[in-house]
Amino acid sequence: MHTSFHQLIQEQSSLVEAVLELEMQARGRGKALQPQPGWDGDSNSPILPCSPMAAHPPALLLPAGRSRGAIISQYYNRTARLRRRSSRPPLQQLCHTARPSLRQYDLETDPARATLEGEDKRSLLVKELLSLSPSQRSHMLLTVPLSLAEKRTLRQELSGQRGPLRQHAQCWAPSSLCGWSKDYIILVSLGYGLLSLLPAAKPWHYALKQIGGRFGSSVLSYFLFLKTLLMFNIISFLILLVFVVALQAAYPPASTSPQSFTGLELLTGAGYFTHSLLYYGYYSNDTLNDPCASRPNDSACPLAAPPFPYNMPLAYVFSVGVSFLVTCVLLVYSLSCSFRESYRVGSSAGDLAIKVFCAWDFKVIQRRSVKLQCENICTQLKELLADQQSRSRSLSLCQRLGHFAVLLLAWALSLSTVLGCVLAVHYFSEHMHAVSARQQEAILLVLPFMVSLLNMLMPHLYNLLATREKQDSPVAQVYVAICRNLILKMVVLGLLCYQWLSRRVVCSTEECWETCVGQDLYRFVVMDFIFTLLDTFFRELVWRLILENKLKRKQKPEFDIAQNVLELIYGQTLTWLGVLFAPLLPAVQTLKLLLLFYIKKTSLMKNCQSPSKPWQASHMSTVFITLLFFPSFLGAAIFLSYTIWSVQPSETCGPFQGLENIYESGKTWVQVLEKSNPNITWFVWVHQHLVENTFLLFFVSGVLLAVIYFNIQVVRGQQRIICLLKEQIANEGQDKIYLIQKLHSVYGQRERCT
Amino acid sequence: MGNKQTVFTPEQLDAYQDCTFFTRKEILRLFYRYRDLAPQLVPLDYTDKPDVTLPYELIGSMPELKDNPFRQRIAEVFSENGDGNMTLDDFLDMFSVLSEMAPRDLKAYYAFKIYDFNNDDYICKSDLEKTVNKLTRNELTPEEVSLVCEKVIYEADVDNDGKLSLEDFQHMIIRAPDFLSTFHIRI
Repeated sequence: MHTSFHQLIQEQSSLVEAVLELEMQARGRGKALQPQPGWDGDSNSPILPCSPMAAHPPALLLPAGRSRGAIISQYYNRTARLRRRSSRPPLQQLCHTARPSLRQYDLETDPARATLEGEDKRSLLVKELLSLSPSQRSHMLLTVPLSLAEKRTLRQELSGQRGPLRQHAQCWAPSSLCGWSKDYIILVSLGYGLLSLLPAAKPWHYALKQIGGRFGSSVLSYFLFLKTLLMFNIISFLILLVFVVALQAAYPPASTSPQSFTGLELLTGAGYFTHSLLYYGYYSNDTLNDPCASRPNDSACPLAAPPFPYNMPLAYVFSVGVSFLVTCVLLVYSLSCSFRESYRVGSSAGDLAIKVFCAWDFKVIQRRSVKLQCENICTQLKELLADQQSRSRSLSLCQRLGHFAVLLLAWALSLSTVLGCVLAVHYFSEHMHAVSARQQEAILLVLPFMVSLLNMLMPHLYNLLATREKQDSPVAQVYVAICRNLILKMVVLGLLCYQWLSRRVVCSTEECWETCVGQDLYRFVVMDFIFTLLDTFFRELVWRLILENKLKRKQKPEFDIAQNVLELIYGQTLTWLGVLFAPLLPAVQTLKLLLLFYIKKTSLMKNCQSPSKPWQASHMSTVFITLLFFPSFLGAAIFLSYTIWSVQPSETCGPFQGLENIYESGKTWVQVLEKSNPNITWFVWVHQHLVENTFLLFFVSGVLLAVIYFNIQVVRGQQRIICLLKEQIANEGQDKIYLIQKLHSVYGQRERCT
Repeated sequence: MGNKQTVFTPEQLDAYQDCTFFTRKEILRLFYRYRDLAPQLVPLDYTDKPDVTLPYELIGSMPELKDNPFRQRIAEVFSENGDGNMTLDDFLDMFSVLSEMAPRDLKAYYAFKIYDFNNDDYICKSDLEKTVNKLTRNELTPEEVSLVCEKVIYEADVDNDGKLSLEDFQHMIIRAPDFLSTFHIRI
């Protein structure tokens, strides 16, 4: 690298003159010495186009000293380049040498500017900064590694003209640059600002600090995930509240006789709650606030037009759709943010270096936890050393076969248990509804009870299996356990969805089957909450008491992050599945998450110790959000779409009575629009040809696939460039050594000659 | 946010807001944390830019730093003359860089300076040995420490000069997505 070359010159400052002299002499004598940059005499120095260098130069051009003057010079260069470079140079104009000339980039040895000192350099930097756009300027001011006093002086000089705009882009993921459009970032930061005004968020700042201080980033990631889910639920709930629930509450339908309230309703969701705002059946299929609604269609309506007629069916389906859409957009956004941070192009070697420099969690501040962290890092370093030494020893064929057989057996066992559970749930629910359903409401709780019990017990079995089979790395062990757990939960949920929609067994005798399905989902959500509490109680409190008193071990149980996160994802899937049938379910889930936060935190503080396994917190956060999006949200979205498009709603209750499917309400509305106002036929045309036509879907999928393929190729190209650049850097180091030797030999010869 | 505070002038608060990653509220909260370390030394009125420096012992006694093995280096890196005594500006700068919103390059730069114990702009083997010993509280044997340091230099040194420069360090940090979440102190 030419900066190391430059450094070489500085180190041997007495030889600088000699180099120039030698150069002239060497040229004169016709020797092979070529101390200029950009030579390609040796075959092992690859020639690359200038473009990658020009595009990613900053890290390579740091001058030798870290003095203030050097930093200012460096940032002067950086801003000058930012200003000069508007786009990539076309390929044909690039020079063949990969290394640009020294003189262009170094302020300090450039003879014209060699006399500049501190103040002048700073004024140069200020001038360059002023020529940038305000957002670039404020970004530059924030990221330049000068002390705060220096920055304030810079800012003062800048604000003589216009002060830099404060564009504080905040993301939920811990990265300040998410590369989205400016407007969206402002919207998001406004939204985030609004959310941070919520009273719940402020006291949690201290709670999260306490948790992070004692247990580190890994356990903290669970609580941050809980906070994210809470936010999703609050947004869904607000949308449904404003557009559906509040209005229906203001215009209640002609009510049936309400049943008396017994405490069991909180668990079963039936009884008193059946004809309430909680479920689909309560919502009217009329236009609200319309005095003509109750009259038959053909009689003229003598009253004046109503002030705000509110079409409830349309509002219902659109609100549910919009809340899903908003959730989808937010999920994809946070997914892309965290993916951008944790996905790395290139090799994964260098574990030891990363362990030494990045493993220390600065958030941990409690003395005992710090001590534990030191011990963990010590153990991990020892393991890594041992691992690297034994990696050369490969397993024999026999051992490999044995390992493979164990793996196969474990997977077969786990998949067969999944199958067993699914069959058990299927026959159990058939049996349940065959016996008789409505005699005792408590019987309705048995199926959710059983499903939650299976969900609680099976993961322990999978954890046990995972410890028996020896995986390559402890992280792989965690991933495999998560995978099996997830398969179980998703297959059981799939079976239940099929049962609800086909209604051969469940809710087959009900008139208002949507309310019945809504009640079922409510019961599942409540039972999931109860079992989470039981799980916390047994796994943490009781286990700690056993460890302390019976087994007399000093250790406390560890907080099982993966298991807890999967429970959260399962609960959220249930909520998303049930939004259409029970619009207040997000409110129930919000309440559940709030209670869960405090209960988990208390149990954590009292019963658990910090995790001893190395846990890559940011990587796992990406995995959690991906799992939330991919099987959980998409599954719920598919279920919702199928229900809206293909399932016939019940005849006697709910906002879509008598229609063939829920989607028809939208179609009817478009037809009504067309008839009422001939000016908006374009809208009808758009609806007919773009939304109804399936060709658009195929086209969009095709475009998406093309974009994905393009991005894959770009990533591959970048990988190749990284390899080439690494080769080049290694070669530069070799070149430097070669040059020093040559220099010594030439100087030695010169000495001998004179 | 009402402008009811009398600690800073509005211009000063604006300057702090533009030069750090904190909002007004957080800057005021940090000021009160700074003042709590030595209420008799730090005046409540910063409008006339008083020249107040708190000694390292007070900074190192903060709950966020007192058990951190690198607290001395952190204070030295962020203080004006490298002795660990910090003004309010240094204090704000420190927590701004260590906050959630600081970008990776900035954090990598300061992390490099923290791990560079002899301030020669390179992390050489002796710096690494000190780092490893601080991380493990001297639990590893000297041979193991030496082996670890050699392997780290072998893995991370790209230009083959036997020590880690800032570029090598940044190159390695880019491959560690966890760095942003571990090099972070909540205040």
